[in-house]
Amino acid sequence: MKPAAYFQRNRDIHPPALARGYKSSIPRSPRQALLSIDQTISEITGPAFGHGDIGPLDHDLIRNFATTGDPVGSRIIVHGHVRDENGRPVPGTLVEVWQANASGRYRHRKDTYFGALDPNFGGCGRTITDENGYYVFRTVKPGPYPWRNHVNSWRPAHIHLSVFGRAFCQRLITQMYFEGDPLIPLCPIVRTIPDPAAIDRLIAPLDLNASIPLDSLAYRFDIVLRGRRSTLFENRLEGN
Amino acid sequence: MPQRLDYLIETASQTAGPYVHIGLAPGAAGFSIFGQELGQTIAAPEVPGERIRVEGLVLDGTGAPVRDALLEVWQADAAGIYPHPEDPRHAEVHPGFRGWGRIITDFDTGLWSFETVRPGPVPGRPGAVQAPHISVWLVARGINIGLNTRIYFPEDAALHAADPVLSMIEQRHRAATLVAARTGPGAYRFDIRLQGDGETVFLDI
Ligand SMILES: [Fe+3]
Repeated sequence: MKPAAYFQRNRDIHPPALARGYKSSIPRSPRQALLSIDQTISEITGPAFGHGDIGPLDHDLIRNFATTGDPVGSRIIVHGHVRDENGRPVPGTLVEVWQANASGRYRHRKDTYFGALDPNFGGCGRTITDENGYYVFRTVKPGPYPWRNHVNSWRPAHIHLSVFGRAFCQRLITQMYFEGDPLIPLCPIVRTIPDPAAIDRLIAPLDLNASIPLDSLAYRFDIVLRGRRSTLFENRLEGN
Repeated sequence: MPQRLDYLIETASQTAGPYVHIGLAPGAAGFSIFGQELGQTIAAPEVPGERIRVEGLVLDGTGAPVRDALLEVWQADAAGIYPHPEDPRHAEVHPGFRGWGRIITDFDTGLWSFETVRPGPVPGRPGAVQAPHISVWLVARGINIGLNTRIYFPEDAALHAADPVLSMIEQRHRAATLVAARTGPGAYRFDIRLQGDGETVFLDI
């Protein structure tokens, strides 16, 4: 086997471990340099998921927890493609999402915000990309919520996304924001990202062409995972 | 201006936040929604190999346990084979071996644990061998991009000197942060220190 390596992660477009404006990162950020390793079979392989792992309603946050009716809030579709840095689709990969409800309240035992819980909204979903790397969720638009970073800090409306890719080194968790939200540039978590263009790529535009007339607006969120070399590139061993 | 390279750029990471459980382990968030939660069984009971249990804490820079972290682990089976099509021997893997698990820290104590089979050595560079290890990816509130590290086992000390990761650690004493402590038959302790004295070696993979 001659496995090809994935592209080195460009840390300049990712938030650094320590971002002082986001206070929780201060005690939780490593201070030593990361050890760069040559990828081995341990990094270029990773878990695989199939339709046997998930249920047919899992991607539909309007229906997957509802018992007495639809959840409250603006009905939206969130959809897009998962591609790699070569522009190739990533099919068959697991995408998981979680979010607050329309009041900005999470269904979580540790969330104490007094925004109302919605009995018909769980706030999580999952799906597997199709052969073109395409995914789609149906949900309601999450509300902004306050949090204790500084006094009067508010998170912009956002959806958390988790993606696997094909290799353990492609694993990614991010957040998508909504076009036009004035809270985005104020958010200490958004501002952990040093590159303004990288922030822009986390903002999903309204996609009127994909909306369902008289039913749901749509937002488009494309995701890019690390790309891969097309051929084996054998680093020379140090000292050789 | 030279020609432009047409690569796409990786999507930026954002913290998993304090409510990561809702999406990845909803039972822990306090509700039941999916038919099955993912990552609960790394190796089913019938999978061949020595059963082991690993537990530990994730400690922050003040020495306090992190009680809202989520870990994922990825490993080869007892024969050193990954259940992935790019492992040339993947067809030999027992169907009950997933090799992947998702683990959360206890909301009160911060303790986490998982059960699996001890992995075998896996290939490194052509002709070389990597010591048995379990790959770890860690996220939590305050962690802006997932942290990667590895768990090695003290019984394999003879293989550690030639291991491509352990042997690259310049400050030799820090290599010990990647080796679990044996606490009993098949039982190991692996504390992860995010910062400060004994900071765990994290990997840019
Ligand atoms: Fe959030």
